[in-house]
Amino acid sequence: MTTERNDIRHHLDDATLTAYSAGSLPEAFGLIVASHVSMCDDCRARLESFDSIGGALLATVGSDALAPGALDRTLALIDADPTPPPAPPQRDDAILPAPLRDYVGGDIDAIRWRSVGMGVRQAVLSTSKSATARLLYIPAGAAMPDHGHRGVEMTLVLQGAFEDETDRFARGDIEIANEATHHTPVADISADCICLAVTDAPLRFRGLIPRLAQPFLGI
Amino acid sequence: MARIATAQDRAAFAELFGHFAPRVKAFLVKSGASPAQAEDCAQDVMVTVWRKAHQFDPARASVATWIFTIARNRRIDLLRKEKRPEPEDLPWGPVPEPDQADSLAVQEDSERLAAAIAALPEKQRALIEQAYFGDLSHREIAEVTGLPLGTIKSRIRLALDRLRHAMG
Repeated sequence: MTTERNDIRHHLDDATLTAYSAGSLPEAFGLIVASHVSMCDDCRARLESFDSIGGALLATVGSDALAPGALDRTLALIDADPTPPPAPPQRDDAILPAPLRDYVGGDIDAIRWRSVGMGVRQAVLSTSKSATARLLYIPAGAAMPDHGHRGVEMTLVLQGAFEDETDRFARGDIEIANEATHHTPVADISADCICLAVTDAPLRFRGLIPRLAQPFLGI
Repeated sequence: MARIATAQDRAAFAELFGHFAPRVKAFLVKSGASPAQAEDCAQDVMVTVWRKAHQFDPARASVATWIFTIARNRRIDLLRKEKRPEPEDLPWGPVPEPDQADSLAVQEDSERLAAAIAALPEKQRALIEQAYFGDLSHREIAEVTGLPLGTIKSRIRLALDRLRHAMG
């Protein structure tokens, strides 16, 4: 996957990377972290440094002896199912990072979009229910309805760019919004914008029309 | 690790198994697995260690850290029944002949980190263990970030840069 890896300006925060390293993020947030890290060497290095805390703890956790013969049983497992051949070479021209391709079943041409009105399309990805991951397609120059958040919303730009009241976000950038954030993301005029958005609670729209439409949009 | 990856050396694997399998089991039990689950799962983890040995990069992680990540992923699978989305592998993987000095520096970093954790006040250390063994909420985890990871972070960043460079 070709990425402008050094152009990423908006990164994951330490608490989110630590929670991912510790293995306690809901699946949907795990997906957005894995996707961003696939595109961002800075966050990959930070994540691997948090993993080293886990390594240090594993070294001092103590030890529970395994049952006699455990090594032989493990070697038998290894013999029973020989090492699989290495994965096929990765597509270098893919838009979606590998973890997202796993959920979509391919690259952007495989996304099954559903229209949610005003040219905006979405595809909800199948994850555990504790948080929701969806791909959003916002036509160039179009706006998402003005909305606030009950919980945390993370948005990763995959193609194009968007701007809101706080800043501009381009491919690889991640925006983290919480209860205090009220924003109207607008897609860049130059290209249609595709994002991965993850929420742990429904969004809160300000205007009446989007609020009425919300139950149907499922966002 | 290198002997396992390149020569499929079973004696080296037995040595690694003797050291890490009981630790992985203890980690899983502390995380809430039953001893029987932890026993099976520790064996699975070691099978994965064998199969993925060629992906281990000593310039970026200690063996303990790498095995921790495998054990953590199996724990999510086992106890939460959730998938664990993983970042894309770097397409060119570790270099075939890692620099000895890099591996040594990683080892020293790990030892310094272990010492720093051991030197923490009891309450904070307990919180970190809880974060990595159990399930702390996101907000609680925000309180445990703040360990001195500076050198580790910059070393891994350098190793990644070098890998990308090597690929051209």
